[in-house]
Amino acid sequence: MSLKAFHLIFVTLLTALCFGCAAWAFNAGSTEWGVAGIAAGILVILYGIYFLKKLKRISYL
Amino acid sequence: MEIPYTVHKRADTGLYNAKLGIWLFLASEVMLFGGLFSAYILLRVGAGEGTWPHGWLDVRLGTINTILLALSAITTLLAWAALKVKEFGKFKFFHACTMLLALTFLGIKSYEYYDKFHHYEIQLNNGTIADGHFVEQSADFDLAKKTGTFTIHGHIVERHAELMDMRSDEAKKAKHEEHVIAAADIKHMENYSPRHNTFTAIYFTMSGLHALHILGGTLVIFYLWGPGSRMWKTDPERFTNRIEVSGLFWHFVDLVWVFLFPVLYLT
Repeated sequence: MSLKAFHLIFVTLLTALCFGCAAWAFNAGSTEWGVAGIAAGILVILYGIYFLKKLKRISYL
Repeated sequence: MEIPYTVHKRADTGLYNAKLGIWLFLASEVMLFGGLFSAYILLRVGAGEGTWPHGWLDVRLGTINTILLALSAITTLLAWAALKVKEFGKFKFFHACTMLLALTFLGIKSYEYYDKFHHYEIQLNNGTIADGHFVEQSADFDLAKKTGTFTIHGHIVERHAELMDMRSDEAKKAKHEEHVIAAADIKHMENYSPRHNTFTAIYFTMSGLHALHILGGTLVIFYLWGPGSRMWKTDPERFTNRIEVSGLFWHFVDLVWVFLFPVLYLT
């Protein structure tokens, strides 16, 4: 597995963390942190798409 | 005799030597951290009701550190990608950013540790508990001789259970102010060090081991950024592989934090 593939796993888990934190914040009654968590999750997804496009030529292996 | 597969992949494994080595190493690391996470789960599940702390760590600082490590994973990847397209200058820039982010992370972590070591729980003779951060102590302060005073900035509670949930409405409403406590009134006092309770023990163990990994990774990255980067002139492909391998380690350490943060800070 190359660094590219490992980075993809990292980005996926980071996205899950962002949305998980958002859920935790909403549950704890903090709307601002919840919204920030969702925004961060969307930002990480957009970054993931950008990174996949940029490193198209590099192998996953 | 030249060592084979330092640059090109071995046909049967599909890996060059260093990549096989790092994955074996990371497998052992998964077992190490896996054991600690298992210990955490068992301690947490086994804790009696109201005895596991909530809100003892600053979520804001934890969030900043999460962002720093996420950014450092990106700069590590960009440093490797820059070498893939032969842009050595960009590699230098991105890896310098990685080191700065890592050092900032360690700085914040040190501050958090400092804060915990200066946070005291003081059981008083009248049955109440004073909890807060150390401000000052008188020159003659001696707990054994019961002389002098100890000043903290915090609050006084009636029951120990009130200190366990710092996210409760009661805790949020608590008025924090300076309390000067005479040594003669102190029954027992201790700071929030690893020996304080099960949570602080597992918190310092897990976050400390993680911080040591960050420190080790930073030293490796510094070597590859500085003196080790001479290899770029003689064997660029092998140097690029080294950067990939160090990047794999760095991503693993970042990944551990992705699990550590919710487990320690959001509980």
